[in-house]
Amino acid sequence: MSARVLRWLLLGALALFLAAPLIIVAGVSVNEKQSLDFPPRGFSLAWYLEIFTNREWRNALWASLGLAACSAALAVAVAFPLAWFGWRRIAPWTKVLQLLGVAPFVLPPVITALGLLTFWATTGFYGQAWTAVISHATFFVTLPLVTLTLGFASIDRPVVEAAATMGADDATILRTVVLPLILPYVISGYAFTFVLSLNEYIIAYMTVGFTLETLPIKIFNALRYGYTPTMASVTVLFISLAAVVFGLISRHGDLPHLLGAPAAERD
Amino acid sequence: MRREPPRRLADYAPLVFPGLMLLVFFVVPFGTMTAVSFFRRQQGGFYTPDFVLDNYGRFLSPFFGNVLLFSILLAVAVALACVALALPFTFTLSRMARRTQVLWLVAMLSVLSLSEVIIGFAWSTLLSRTAGITNILVALGLMESPRALVPSLGAVLTAMIYQALPYTVLVMYPALVRLDPTLLEAARTLGASPLRAFFNVVVPALRNTLVATVIMVFVFALGSYLLPQILGRPTHWTLSVLITDQAVYQSNMPFSAAMAVFLVLLSLALVGLTVLVGRKDDGQ
Repeated sequence: MSARVLRWLLLGALALFLAAPLIIVAGVSVNEKQSLDFPPRGFSLAWYLEIFTNREWRNALWASLGLAACSAALAVAVAFPLAWFGWRRIAPWTKVLQLLGVAPFVLPPVITALGLLTFWATTGFYGQAWTAVISHATFFVTLPLVTLTLGFASIDRPVVEAAATMGADDATILRTVVLPLILPYVISGYAFTFVLSLNEYIIAYMTVGFTLETLPIKIFNALRYGYTPTMASVTVLFISLAAVVFGLISRHGDLPHLLGAPAAERD
Repeated sequence: MRREPPRRLADYAPLVFPGLMLLVFFVVPFGTMTAVSFFRRQQGGFYTPDFVLDNYGRFLSPFFGNVLLFSILLAVAVALACVALALPFTFTLSRMARRTQVLWLVAMLSVLSLSEVIIGFAWSTLLSRTAGITNILVALGLMESPRALVPSLGAVLTAMIYQALPYTVLVMYPALVRLDPTLLEAARTLGASPLRAFFNVVVPALRNTLVATVIMVFVFALGSYLLPQILGRPTHWTLSVLITDQAVYQSNMPFSAAMAVFLVLLSLALVGLTVLVGRKDDGQ
């Protein structure tokens, strides 16, 4: 019995620790006046409206959404052929490329950020919006690479072999058999990258920080030059967005499997 | 379809695009960064191509030594605290119904994806005078008046643990969820209490995983670039903060690049170590 109490205490304490800062921020976001009080004074959803009506916040939101949508698409486009090749061909040295795909994510982000800053400065493209798209795509390529590699591994080889025996070539098999099977993994790879790119600060800041204001950059600037409850409402918006996206992935896919558990038994 | 080795040159075509992207936008930037680390700094924020070791020479200063030592100690503290917290939690999680696991995993991923800016802002609010937890203590009559708990080392440490904990859980999760449940059952059948079975059976069985996780979280914590800046005093700055600060605010790219090269080597050495530890695990 004591073990059970201990378990609930552990889970409860951890849940509280994870939720506490978000609860406070959610409270702050509904203040009526422009102050960061908790418990909030009055109740108003004006600071949520502010994200969409204030020009600066709205521009930052659009910049972030655009950056996340484009870089996630590019990351998937880079990861897909790499993962497909690893599944289709026996070529041990492709491991080197896959290792390169995983490296940016394991190293401290400041390194990639500074590397890209020197690179864009040297090539003369520093500050252009599209450089941020490429920078985020190469930094986050790990995520679609992992989900797609898992996805390819889950394909029943006999199904594909049957198609090959009946005379389908690589392109036909890819389009008619592989793509429908792999689509959920493409989508989750895209979604993971989208959410992380949306939240990414240091690389966006070092590559386009002075020309394009993404939401994390906007929040950081607000931290330095004047707090406003909009920062809190954006935080609530972001955490909800992340929860919705990951919730959707778990509804349509096997989230524990994506994160390393054995595949669920099919009913 | 069977896996085959590539036969014609055209079979390699799918690798061209990803290979070029990774080469040009990941490997080459490392090259430019390393090159800049040997450049000479000019007054006013510019630098000229050169080959000088001055930027690395600055590592020998007590200032850099202090920052490095502090960064390492802080990351060690974060890594140990995270593993100590995540181990019992992830173990419990891996024994839950799959549906409950999914809920926790969604929560973990949501917190993990949060921007460091947002985590810094959230904790600075939680620890502030106007909105902080001290207000609750005052309301309960435990404190006279609310006060700010930032900037402080405790705030930096707490927020960094908050940031790294979901990462730790997700790094540990695959090993724990695949842990043979009969191990624990055997221990229980032989009369060990759940706690004893956990410490005498689960922990030793996961020794290598735990070492690898500590190193991974250590590298993750080394990468924290904003939390020490938002929640700490300048004495709490880490190597990552210093790199950002030198590059952006002091406009000293060569020195910043030299420190980044150093951080790369340090991280690679540590990540290499986890690969070695992992290989030993497979051999057993």
